[in-house]
Amino acid sequence: MADVAQSSHAHAVPRKRTRFEKFRQNESLRRGVTAIVVFLLLWELGSRFDEIFGKAWTLPGIGLIPPPTDVAVAWLGVLPKPGYWWSWVASFRRVMTGFIAAMVLGIPFGLMLAVNKYFRDIFFPPFEILRPIPPLAWVPASLIFWPTNEMSIAFVTFLGAFFTIVINVLGGARTIDVRYLRAAQSMGASQWDLFSKIILPGTLPSIFTGAAVGMGITWEVVLAAEMISGGGTQGGGGLGFFIWNSYMGGSLEQIVVGMISIGIAGYLCSSAIRWLGHYFMPWRRLF
Amino acid sequence: MDAVSPEGRVNLNMDGQPSTEADWAVGKSTVEIKNVSKAYGDEWDLDQVITNLDVTVAPGELTVIVGPSGCGKSTLVNLIAGFEQPDTGEVLLDGKIVTGPARDRMVVFQETALIPWQTTYQNVVFGPKLRGDLKGKALKAEAERLLVKVGLGEFVHKYPIQLSGGMQRRAELARALINNPNIMIMDEPFRGLDAMSRGLMQEFFLRLFEENRRTNLFVTSEIDEAIFLADSLVILSNKPASVRKVIKIDLPRPRDYKMLSSPEAYEYKREAMEILHEEAMKNFAADADSGDFAESFRKR
Repeated sequence: MADVAQSSHAHAVPRKRTRFEKFRQNESLRRGVTAIVVFLLLWELGSRFDEIFGKAWTLPGIGLIPPPTDVAVAWLGVLPKPGYWWSWVASFRRVMTGFIAAMVLGIPFGLMLAVNKYFRDIFFPPFEILRPIPPLAWVPASLIFWPTNEMSIAFVTFLGAFFTIVINVLGGARTIDVRYLRAAQSMGASQWDLFSKIILPGTLPSIFTGAAVGMGITWEVVLAAEMISGGGTQGGGGLGFFIWNSYMGGSLEQIVVGMISIGIAGYLCSSAIRWLGHYFMPWRRLF
Repeated sequence: MDAVSPEGRVNLNMDGQPSTEADWAVGKSTVEIKNVSKAYGDEWDLDQVITNLDVTVAPGELTVIVGPSGCGKSTLVNLIAGFEQPDTGEVLLDGKIVTGPARDRMVVFQETALIPWQTTYQNVVFGPKLRGDLKGKALKAEAERLLVKVGLGEFVHKYPIQLSGGMQRRAELARALINNPNIMIMDEPFRGLDAMSRGLMQEFFLRLFEENRRTNLFVTSEIDEAIFLADSLVILSNKPASVRKVIKIDLPRPRDYKMLSSPEAYEYKREAMEILHEEAMKNFAADADSGDFAESFRKR
């Protein structure tokens, strides 16, 4: 035993860093946490200005918003309630349905537009006419068209991501350097080789850009659609309806809880996409 | 037995038959460009790029094509590589008409055309893997041998973006060589490199060529580079391109950078410069798209 202890001493094995030391040495993380803490402090100060300084008036704007401590209390209040979590589940399910449908249909459609001139000539003009229509303008029509509220929300969410993804895939595939294709052709690549080994990987960065932007849009759209359609009538209101409900009930703290919940949900989704992009495009990690 | 080279490697020629030659010896093909013309655009807005061009790239020679920038050199490369077809005339490889791209003519492009999502190694094995004519251990050994030869043994698993400009060009040479082409087509391959790397790459390229003398077509707008490398120097006219003059460069091989300051080299340069200057000035008068050449002319 003594031997072992001595030898490890002699080689001066670096001591394992504790979790706190790791945190202290990670500059970006430290800055991020500090920024959030300072933001919360300023918010707290701003909205409690009258109480803290004994003034008869509040600060304009920020003085009307509940301070983070009150929001935290309200949050603790809703955390044990299943209704709050069902709102998460409902919104997530809608976002994922719309988003995955948009990816599954949008990527092949965009690639077809990019590689086939006839296909592009036929489908691009109607696509370009439909594209500028904001997804929310589709809400009334889809409420009439689809049999259930759920389906119309999913459809509108799908539209939000679909156009963005298609335009990104099309742009990405069309700007692939022709020399890659020519080099591959010289080496004996078949049409399928060109597609699978050059065009598809060459379009990946644009696919992920489209996915990241599209994911943001789906969250925007799903929330608005939930508020408009009053998603609660058929159970599973979603976070949008949670906010709307809090507004109707006059609970300012809960509105903020709902807003921050959406922020966190969106962050989780975009982190997932970033992570996938990192995983599938190792050559992009080097930039 | 005789198909195995001294290093124990089996070389396959175009018909998949084993051959004894080493890297650059396989390509002893002749390229003949006969009365070729090429234009772009519609009838009412025709942009004539090449007119009645006749060039022969002799077997085992390094033919260098120089011309003012924008004169149609890259179009000529595309025609020989088979990426495009001539409007009139024909491009012949060993007497057969070129109809499309094939592995017997490998192009090293301007800047770099390494595939960014493949590592150096993946780029090099790309061609053989596509065709499936070299597999498994034989492929790995051959790829590694070539990568070591171009000095990239340590950079096998790096992505192109992690390599310097000079390394990228060398990786591209290895990627072309593994396909055992009959002719190598170099389209301003060292453009964009700084002067030092460019000089080093020229010498490196010359060593590769002089080793086995594969038929080479080298396109450039640098006159010093052209004289340093060439067996035969083809000077093109301003656009639309045709041949102004063919100069045989009789400098001894193996070549050395010092030879560029010899009286013979100077004489070649003076002769070529005179023609090029004349052509560049025409371009200058025609439109202002000759910045590159005027620049390189000034800095000579």
